[in-house]
Amino acid sequence: MKVWRADVARRVSSGAWPVVAAVALVLLLFVAMGQPPFRAAKLMWEGAVGDRYSIGNTLMAWVPLVLAAAGLVVTFAAGLWNIGVEGQVVVGAIAATFVAREMPGPSIALIPACLVAGMAGGVLWAALVGVLKTRGKVNEIFGGLGLDFVASGLAVYLIIGPWKRAGIASTSGTDLFREQAHLPTFANTTLSFVAVGLAIAGVVAVYLLMRGTLFGLRLKAVGRNPRSAFLMGIPTERYVIGAFAICGALAGLAGAIQAIGVWHKLVPSISGGYGFLGILVVLLAGFSAVWIAPIALFFVMISVGATQLTLWLGLHSAIGGVIQGLLVLFVILGGGWQVRRRRARQGTAEGPSVGEGAPGGPAPVEQVEAGV
Amino acid sequence: MDTATIASIVGAATPLVYAVVGETISEKAGVVNLSLEGSIMLSAMTGFVAAYYTHSVWVGFLAAIAVGALMAAIIAFASIELSLNQIAVGFVLTLLGIKLSSFLGNSFVGRQGEAVPHMAIPGLERIPFIGPVFFDQNLAVYGSYVVLILAYLFMYRTRRGLELQAVGERPEAAYARGIHVNGMRYLYAIVGGGLAGAAGAAFSLDVILGWREGLTSNFGWIALAIVIFGGWNPLRAAVGAYLFGALRVGASQLQPVFPSLSQVLGLFPFVLMILLLVLVYLPKFRTLGDRHGLVRRFLAGDPPGALGTSFRRE
Repeated sequence: MKVWRADVARRVSSGAWPVVAAVALVLLLFVAMGQPPFRAAKLMWEGAVGDRYSIGNTLMAWVPLVLAAAGLVVTFAAGLWNIGVEGQVVVGAIAATFVAREMPGPSIALIPACLVAGMAGGVLWAALVGVLKTRGKVNEIFGGLGLDFVASGLAVYLIIGPWKRAGIASTSGTDLFREQAHLPTFANTTLSFVAVGLAIAGVVAVYLLMRGTLFGLRLKAVGRNPRSAFLMGIPTERYVIGAFAICGALAGLAGAIQAIGVWHKLVPSISGGYGFLGILVVLLAGFSAVWIAPIALFFVMISVGATQLTLWLGLHSAIGGVIQGLLVLFVILGGGWQVRRRRARQGTAEGPSVGEGAPGGPAPVEQVEAGV
Repeated sequence: MDTATIASIVGAATPLVYAVVGETISEKAGVVNLSLEGSIMLSAMTGFVAAYYTHSVWVGFLAAIAVGALMAAIIAFASIELSLNQIAVGFVLTLLGIKLSSFLGNSFVGRQGEAVPHMAIPGLERIPFIGPVFFDQNLAVYGSYVVLILAYLFMYRTRRGLELQAVGERPEAAYARGIHVNGMRYLYAIVGGGLAGAAGAAFSLDVILGWREGLTSNFGWIALAIVIFGGWNPLRAAVGAYLFGALRVGASQLQPVFPSLSQVLGLFPFVLMILLLVLVYLPKFRTLGDRHGLVRRFLAGDPPGALGTSFRRE
């Protein structure tokens, strides 16, 4: 427990300055754009947690983000850059949409079927990246990215093609699913306790997997040094594909929840960018499962709050992403700076013992292009 | 295919040529600039806006180059001084660059701005076929030839070029030979980033004309893949760039013919990207050129040994 507290204290103290700097820069950006900075901050806060509706929206944005981030903790542990996570979310949503459209029956059967289909879709898309990497030597960054674009193209094709709304083909989405396929919501908010419960379960499962199982331990060995892990008798190929599959399942679940819990239809932007944002969350969390839940919450507060800036100040909706990007950049650079200073203070006796747990510190991928 | 189509392919590939040559230089020195998509987008926006206000494409190009160089400098600084992972910093900068360009460039969407003026090269344009294809273009296109040829000659025909390769291949050995490894890495990363910036300006001031979100249609990512396909050889990478330029032009010409396939056509570059990457690592492809020295050198291509790592003298 003490260790845990020290960890919190260290993180808060080491994280504070870069965050302050990023926030100051954002406020300056507002001033430069001729916008009142503090009114903007207040608008964001109220937009994110002002009343129970906005809290509902924030939590429903948190669910896919934290699920994607949880999956990414697993792939990062294996030293993999699963940039394909975005496509895995999309394919999860497509698979869930397929079931929601085609399967008859009551909610009690339909909703689980949609969620399972979403997970299966994500697993399929992620395993493809894994196979391309292990068998085709295609670096997972490019395999994943290519499949991201293919997935979003597939979604658009389905929306304006086979699944188009009666009469009109429009990129605004498919027909709404029938009521039985909607996740039940709390009172008249958008909040679904099922979705939040699944997200929490996903995070806990990943935490336990990485912390208390042989699989997690071996996966980390593969991530640290694939060659020696292989020589130790760990079937690295299976572990790599396994890590992708786990991440794909969680990302696919996120996509399914986006489809049946948020939009109730398939739209081209169904992923909401939560896959890529999840990568930023994990980088900020220093690749640890414990920190993704609060950081993801902070991130969606920015995203949801930023919609108020579009509404009231007429700012472009990208402002949320700008704030998040600046934040992560500053924290990563700040973390690196502190490691450097610590090393300078200790003398340069040791080599680059990249600060353990420091945000952005441990380099999960040494060799970038060639694959293992 | 008539010469006009081929000429338009050369034009369409111009931003990609700048980008892949720049990224090749940077990666040869050991620095991966993953931020290409974001760098190109942000510099395309900056270049457009700068040219819009000053009515000078030169200022536009310079501003764009400065933005690209700054992004690369951040990655080099993070890797060299802070031992941070280049991929991580590059990815963050990608997203930041894309969002920042959308945010700052919002009020310039759809405005008519400057364009690089057409300028045939007298004499050369008369050469049959080659003339109309390569020399009936504009300065941005000619600049890409110059950059490509200079990069190739520099890399393989000069002492400095060999040092550049040494820095990316075996930094310890280069250091022992008295080469200032990290200084070189800063230099080449920034040069490469500047070329990515030029790619952005080539998009917004020449190929696409204007600024809008998603201007590059993800070709920044494709440029990164082309560098691998190109085996870290600028000439081979340029072949890849022209291939994807052809794809772009082909897709835009086929679109009116098969309107229902427009989605599928747009996806083709990304599928091809994956397939080409599978191809270059097939054992058969690698032994294809065994019998001819020249072909072998062209097809051989391993990533620089120290790519993506930080160098710290002991």
